[in-house]
Amino acid sequence: MPALNFTVNGKPVSVEVKPNEFLAEVLRYKLGLTGTKIGCNEAECGSCTVIVDGQPVVSCIYPALKAQGAQIETIEGVAAQAYSPNPKSKIQNQLHPLQENFIKHGAVQCGFCTPGMIMQAKALLDRKQGEPVTDEEIKIALKDTYCRCTGYVSIANAIKSANGQEISLADYLPVTKHGYHVVGEAKPRPDAVAKVTGAAKYADDVVFPDMLFGATLRAGVPHALIKKIDTSKAQALPGVHAVLTHADVPGRKNHGLVTIDWPVLCACGDKVRYVGDAIAIVAADTQEIAQDALNLIEVDYKLLPVVDTPEFAHQPDAPRVHEKGNLLKHIKVARGDVEQGFAEADVVLERTYHTASTDHAFLEPECAIGRLTDEGRYEIYVGSQIAYQDRDQVAASLGVPKEQVRIVGTLIGGGFGGKEDIMGQIHVALLAKATGRPVKILYTRHESLIAHPKRHATTITVKLGAKKNGRLTAAKAELYGDTGAYASLGEKVLTRATTHANGPYDVANAKSDCFAMYTNNVPAGAFRGFGVTQSCFAVEMTMDELAGRLGIDPIELRKLNSLQVGSTTNTGQVLLESVGLDECLDHVVAAMKADEAQRIAAQRTAAQRTPVPGIAAQHTAEPFIYGQPWKIGHKNYAWGLAVGYKNTGLGGGANDCAGAEIEVYACGAGTAEIRTSSAEIGQGLPGVLAAVVAEELGLPFEQVTVLLSDTDLTPNGGPTTASRQTYVSGNAARHAAMQMREVMSRVAAERLDVSPDSLKFRNGRVEHADDNNGHSRGKSASFAEVVEWMQAEGRSTKLIYEYTAPETRPLGQGGDMHVAFSYAAHAALVEVDTETGEVKVLKVIAAHDIGRAINPLALEGQIEGGIVMGIGNALTEEFPHEQGVPWAQWLARYKMPSIKHMPEIKSFIVEHEISSGPFGAKGVGEISSIPITPAITNAIANAVGVRVRRLPVDQDTLLRAMKNGAKSVD
Amino acid sequence: MPLWNDYHLPLSVDEAVGLLARYDGKARVVAGGTDLILDLRQGHAPPVEALIDVTRIIGLNEIREAADFIVIGAGVTHSQIVESQLLQQKATALVEASYVVGGPQVRNVATLGGNVAHALPAADGTTALNALDAEVEVASFSGRRWIPFTSLFLGPGKSAIDSTREILTALRFKATGENEASAFSRIMRPQGVALPIMNFAAKVRVLDQQIEKVALAVAPVAPTPFRCQQTEAFLTGKPANFESIDGAVAVLLSECKPRTSPHRATGAYRQEVLPVLLRRTLGKAIERVKTGEVMPEIYKVE
Ligand SMILES: Cc1cc2nc3c(=O)[nH]c(=O)nc-3n(C[C@H](O)[C@H](O)[C@H](O)COP(=O)(O)OP(=O)(O)OC[C@H]3O[C@@H](n4cnc5c(N)ncnc54)[C@H](O)[C@@H]3O)c2cc1C
Ligand code: FES
Ligand code: FES
Repeated sequence: MPALNFTVNGKPVSVEVKPNEFLAEVLRYKLGLTGTKIGCNEAECGSCTVIVDGQPVVSCIYPALKAQGAQIETIEGVAAQAYSPNPKSKIQNQLHPLQENFIKHGAVQCGFCTPGMIMQAKALLDRKQGEPVTDEEIKIALKDTYCRCTGYVSIANAIKSANGQEISLADYLPVTKHGYHVVGEAKPRPDAVAKVTGAAKYADDVVFPDMLFGATLRAGVPHALIKKIDTSKAQALPGVHAVLTHADVPGRKNHGLVTIDWPVLCACGDKVRYVGDAIAIVAADTQEIAQDALNLIEVDYKLLPVVDTPEFAHQPDAPRVHEKGNLLKHIKVARGDVEQGFAEADVVLERTYHTASTDHAFLEPECAIGRLTDEGRYEIYVGSQIAYQDRDQVAASLGVPKEQVRIVGTLIGGGFGGKEDIMGQIHVALLAKATGRPVKILYTRHESLIAHPKRHATTITVKLGAKKNGRLTAAKAELYGDTGAYASLGEKVLTRATTHANGPYDVANAKSDCFAMYTNNVPAGAFRGFGVTQSCFAVEMTMDELAGRLGIDPIELRKLNSLQVGSTTNTGQVLLESVGLDECLDHVVAAMKADEAQRIAAQRTAAQRTPVPGIAAQHTAEPFIYGQPWKIGHKNYAWGLAVGYKNTGLGGGANDCAGAEIEVYACGAGTAEIRTSSAEIGQGLPGVLAAVVAEELGLPFEQVTVLLSDTDLTPNGGPTTASRQTYVSGNAARHAAMQMREVMSRVAAERLDVSPDSLKFRNGRVEHADDNNGHSRGKSASFAEVVEWMQAEGRSTKLIYEYTAPETRPLGQGGDMHVAFSYAAHAALVEVDTETGEVKVLKVIAAHDIGRAINPLALEGQIEGGIVMGIGNALTEEFPHEQGVPWAQWLARYKMPSIKHMPEIKSFIVEHEISSGPFGAKGVGEISSIPITPAITNAIANAVGVRVRRLPVDQDTLLRAMKNGAKSVD
Repeated sequence: MPLWNDYHLPLSVDEAVGLLARYDGKARVVAGGTDLILDLRQGHAPPVEALIDVTRIIGLNEIREAADFIVIGAGVTHSQIVESQLLQQKATALVEASYVVGGPQVRNVATLGGNVAHALPAADGTTALNALDAEVEVASFSGRRWIPFTSLFLGPGKSAIDSTREILTALRFKATGENEASAFSRIMRPQGVALPIMNFAAKVRVLDQQIEKVALAVAPVAPTPFRCQQTEAFLTGKPANFESIDGAVAVLLSECKPRTSPHRATGAYRQEVLPVLLRRTLGKAIERVKTGEVMPEIYKVE
């Protein structure tokens, strides 16, 4: 093997490499510098960016030998090499200013993009040599360095601040309530330092001695009968240790989160139902050999006709994807009498919408490692959203008791719902069992794209009826949802789509029917927004159009019908508290007006506000009229608006519970650790749990650690889905901390000879504070001392609390279907190029009622990230199938928003607390990505008079519609 | 199967050509690898015995002015082109084209030579070079020769240069001189595919407010790079203003018949934007001649 001699982070390195190895592989696997990430291996995502001789390059396609003699900088070298004596930085003085500011500004969420992002930013700042950097320059430099979590706003702010152009958090974080010590304060993520230095470990960063590499043979055809599987040649290939098929699955042959219908490995004589179906798995000495082995497996198929759309699937004569038929579920919502409601209406409007299948495009592809411990237990290292369910599913398919399996959660490079289903977990366990050695399966981006469940493509028909005065009399929806080849969470997702399909409105007569259909497309499952993204688009587009018909301002129309405290939802739930929808709307409208006033003042002299020909301005001159466009050159501009709501927690009668274990330690000034199996997918759960515990125990935030996702060490936190973790696990952590405080109070009270009730936990101390103002009376102990007393008394320093959310009712039974809803209003300012049809979102104003902000920094990150993801849903993202074959099989064909799509975002927080939430908090993870899509499409309609009823917006059809004078794209 | 077995970094053209000869068709030239390595990985190109990396060949990563030609070596990256003051002044269209290729990390390694040798008719660098009437120098075991740019292209992805035996060593074209300027623009689709829906390059000479000479390249309208010769002829001698440009639209649409490419654009859409691109690009070039300001559009987000 040739030697590669080069300099890495200032140190000369000589390493033997294969001539066909890439720089990223050498850095990661030969030099152990796993801070450099591989997100795509296609030069698309930028996660693998390193600096070669002063120039940033993507190391995934950079042949290692090309770096002969070069100077390489990786994320691992950034901190040590560029020590910043910035006296103001308190976080970690040896970090590079970029690293410090990424932490401070919340520019780190899942952290997978962070190393590449920092390297790319560093190259920019190195070039600027202290000169101020502009937004435009940042956008140009980061154009092809993707982040799926943050929405880029915090990244741009961090870069400027690192360049000495300080941006203060107070300038852009929305105003939120204070009043506690830790809760409500902006705090950096506990894991941020590891993520900005490259030390953070994701599944592919974990290695075991003797580890083998696994690979999965995919069907490649969407619907077929398997006539033959011959693995003999693969088995004979030197370096191959196991080739397994269906017969080698000792236990349950299928997996699934709700419906167990997804084969672990497809059986000969049985069917494949989508291109990503697994036929065989291989373990070999190297990735390359494993791939070669796959090519040697011979499979004969008899192709079957493909079921390609849910509408076709519903035809009586359609081929059957599953024996039981193509209908996964018919979901029904009904309140009052819709026909009566439509009869009472003065105006009735019915419209049909299409939404696309989309991919989560988390930057970290799936990876799992399985191994057998000396005691013969299975250990699976995986970044999964549902550790305990993974454990149960692995155990079921391996045919062993649950206790024989341990899931060790690694960091997760983004999930967004796409890492809830089983991918490699069972396969690595099977291969570890067959070979007796640790086995790693790392998906390529191509495999990730074709295998894991997507967002449901839907066809939604919305019908609304209203009185002349704007009061809705009836709302009806019919949905077809494409759940693909297997159920995944399809039933749950489409139930949420259905229950939210009448909008956040109090309508006496409502009806919603959904047909969740199996097809031969890639399965669809959970995806941030959980079905509500789709139905919100349909309802909110129709609302604007209905307002036009009624001659009522669309904002007014929404306010006339919006859910309030005391309203009843379409599922019969009476809302008793925490409904901040109107207030969200008020914030957004006020900010929109202020923005318009500014623009008009600025442009008055230029008299730019010429109405667009062909579009009737409904109202005459006034500072701001919703819906009125303006024109500059060949570009039209307008605002659009939409509102939405989204449940928090599983609801629907599910037993929604989470356990949390707390342990207190006497080391240092005293610390606490909180443990739950819930997953951190970038959303900031550790920060929320640490804040809640710190608050209850009066500890500084930094003195609380969080351990997540280990089925041996952490109690079951349930699935990380449905925006439930802040609420459910947050409650579990809070109650655990409260119980611990009680135990500690009793011990301390005895020692200090005061009553337990007089003790206050604050600033890391337990203080006797019995005067009326709560001032300390001198008697006190440090937190650590109290823990020592407990230990001396032989008391346990840990305890577990099992939290169960208030009971909910299944759909169709009335009553409370959900414990809480979050609400939002979004407004988008778009620019439409009338010569090309190109659409840009320039500004977004967003207001969210999330109950209570526990960590405003993490909250804003969820909001900005959600908004930009919503822009992707509206404008760039699409995972089309042709006869069951997905087109976007490489990341080059799947465009998520880049920094150039980042709008200016103005965010407001509305805090209508929910009494059952921890400190009043509800979920935010999903609502932030929901109303943005119809806000954009409403804005487009306002700007150019074309209602785009098919997602994503296609500039091609939009332009042709504009030219042909069509009023819609259907 | 490995995608290649040996990786060579020759320092001279002779050495590189010698290596190609030694491997006798089983080796292939690589520059930045941003097309080739992905093609190899995704099975669009067959595995090879060796890759011959031409980016370290001495002299090939230079941009030179020789007589009234500008010569760009095959090792020159898009980043070098974007930053070259010479090219910003005298080949503005090319700078604008190189600027939109990929992101900075890709531009730091991807070469203009690779963009051309890959032979996609709609590659951005290719369209700009087409309007600049470029020529290409090819080196093989039998020596070096200059050939006209257009003769390189045999069909989509099919190049007259056999990269297993020959090396594209340099590209050259006439610098825009007095009363001349060039410009490039494109329209992208926000969903999928990095290739443009359509790109357009123009070079123009304006004398006494009249279009004295004009070159217009647009893609994709044919399997190989296309020059709008009828439109060029129509515009020659016309006043250098938007009326003339608008007057040329009918001719442009009659000679360019863009087709539908699935997942990229419909023919109808391309027909709508073709005149827009003509207007924007030629308009920009004429404006540059008139004002003498040639600052390329490289400091804005596309
Ligand atoms: C993320 C991304 C975005 C991109 N965006 C764009 C875009 O917007 N517009 C665009 O036009 N392109 C784009 N590309 C394609 C690519 O970057 C360009 O075509 C680039 O210029 C190719 O140059 P290279 O040096 O990387 O070529 P290579 O990949 O090294 O080679 C390409 C082909 O040319 C041959 N070859 C290379 N150099 C020589 C030579 N000197 N002699 C003989 N044969 C040679 C190779 O054998 C191969 O067949 C993009 C690529 C990526 C990865
Ligand atoms: S760009 Fe290299 S991993 Fe994505
Ligand atoms: S933090 Fe950027 S991808 Fe997750």
